[in-house]
Amino acid sequence: MMNIPCPFCGPRNEAEFAFGGPVKPRRPDPNATSDDEWADYLTQVPNPLGPVEERWWHVKGCGTWLSIWRDTRTHDIVEGPGNAD
Amino acid sequence: MPLDECLPIVNYVLMMQKYSIASLLRHGINNHTSWPKAWRSPPLKESYDVVIIGAGGHGLATAYYLAKEHGVTNIAVVERGWLGGGNIARNTITIRSNYMRDQSIPFYVKSVALYEEMTKELNFNMMHSKRTMIDVIQNYPMMRDRRRRQHIMDIYGSTYKRISEAEVRKRIPALTGGGPGSRLPVIGGMVHTDAGVNRHDAVAWGYARAIDALGGEIHQQTAVESLVRGADGAIEGLQTNRGLIRAKKVAVAVSGHTTTLTETAGLKLPLRTMNLTAFVSEPVKPLVDVIVNCPDAGFYFSQSDKGEMVIGGAPDMGQSFRRDIKQHVFEDTVSAMLSLFPSFKKLKLMRQWGGHLDIAQDASPIMDETDVPGLFVTAGWWGGYKAIPAGGLTLAHLVATGRPHELMKDFTLKRFRHLDYVMETGTTTAR
Ligand SMILES: Cc1cc2nc3c(=O)[nH]c(=O)nc-3n(C[C@H](O)[C@H](O)[C@H](O)COP(=O)(O)OP(=O)(O)OC[C@H]3O[C@@H](n4cnc5c(N)ncnc54)[C@H](O)[C@@H]3O)c2cc1C
Ligand SMILES: [Zn+2]
Repeated sequence: MMNIPCPFCGPRNEAEFAFGGPVKPRRPDPNATSDDEWADYLTQVPNPLGPVEERWWHVKGCGTWLSIWRDTRTHDIVEGPGNAD
Repeated sequence: MPLDECLPIVNYVLMMQKYSIASLLRHGINNHTSWPKAWRSPPLKESYDVVIIGAGGHGLATAYYLAKEHGVTNIAVVERGWLGGGNIARNTITIRSNYMRDQSIPFYVKSVALYEEMTKELNFNMMHSKRTMIDVIQNYPMMRDRRRRQHIMDIYGSTYKRISEAEVRKRIPALTGGGPGSRLPVIGGMVHTDAGVNRHDAVAWGYARAIDALGGEIHQQTAVESLVRGADGAIEGLQTNRGLIRAKKVAVAVSGHTTTLTETAGLKLPLRTMNLTAFVSEPVKPLVDVIVNCPDAGFYFSQSDKGEMVIGGAPDMGQSFRRDIKQHVFEDTVSAMLSLFPSFKKLKLMRQWGGHLDIAQDASPIMDETDVPGLFVTAGWWGGYKAIPAGGLTLAHLVATGRPHELMKDFTLKRFRHLDYVMETGTTTAR
């Protein structure tokens, strides 16, 4: 069971959240991209054996969207590479 | 001929040993001490014509059909753990063909038919029990969806039929919940008479024994660390914990670990890995003789020959390489089950587990040669136990001839390039 840190409600049980999928790269400009890059954007999902950045929706709580880094092997919420400053 | 060359042949002949009442009596006289090993553990060679990664159902079935249908016998199946210890050992063994798409239904109809013949085909008792699956429907949109499926299935000779609520309750007497006063009353059901269950260990062992008898090799405790490409970009072999193995053709059949492995060859595949879960109760007297599927409540179960209720749970949210069930997922599934089967409250639960499955976003499998020449994948098997014999038959055809088999020609990788998906809603039973 994960305790997902909501910026408004504090750490809450994952059962209160809906999964929003991994954070994807920015949507490319359809006019400035190749067909292959566009298909990649639509079909490729990060699937690491380890930390992944993803979106969660506090749907049974305050309703906010947030993103966390989660280790897919353990479901520990971990420090993301970009968050260390 | 030197002795060490003779031995495998002697072994091979012994291997052809048929299991029968006569062999049972003969070995019984010797107190069952004289049975030959069901398959050999030969030394690992430096190269093979074809190497298959993963001794699960799909890898073993592919090796079997390569040897049997195409005469390709210089093959090895390499397995990180032990034979048949992956998802083939973790699944809830529901075999059915009630799918939705023109591309899928004939494939699963063939697979079910091959399963029904398997005991004879492999001379190994699969304990096949064609016991029917009944969907318990509690919602009109769900009923309309299932009826639509029925019409498509009718075209391809699969069986799906609507029955009344009274008939559902007659056939599943333990279904006492979901009455008129409940939040989601049972409104009827769908019967799929082709559905059945069998013994997953027998599938793995039966194929392994047959592959061995045909001259193929199975290497357990052999983990593939990376795929090796030659200067021309084509596959050249694989790096394992036991050294380099060369092969011009390699098939990846590793279930949830496909992307981890294909990334080592510089490939990106449109798959994500999920953890699907299950749990079983203590054994009780025979109570339910069909597979019960409750898509609106979100669970399914069947009673094993030992008497245990084998219950399918939900997957983890998000990609997952865990192999257990989370407490709240477990509680949700149990409470859904108790809403329809209140008497199950007295059952003690014995074990829970999960398994790594990968899935493409259209929920259909991928069976294709990749952009790396000579490298084949069979992946995206969310409910892929039922697909094992047809999956092996058709992948072996592709690997041996270079041309896709008619039954799987739409399960390509190209479809993601062209955004030409095979959206399949029949992949998951309960959701
Ligand atoms: C809880 C649960 C319930 C299910 N219920 C059903 C059901 O009712 N009906 C149905 O049709 N399907 C069901 N499935 C799905 C089904 O189990 C899988 O789709 C199917 O077993 C996958 O194919 P396989 O048998 O080849 O996989 P596996 O048995 O997982 O075989 C893959 C093998 O590859 C090996 N491997 C992995 N990486 C490496 C490596 N690097 N080197 C060497 N070897 C490696 C693994 O150890 C494993 O043995 C269920 C799955 C789960 C988890
Ligand atoms: Zn909140």
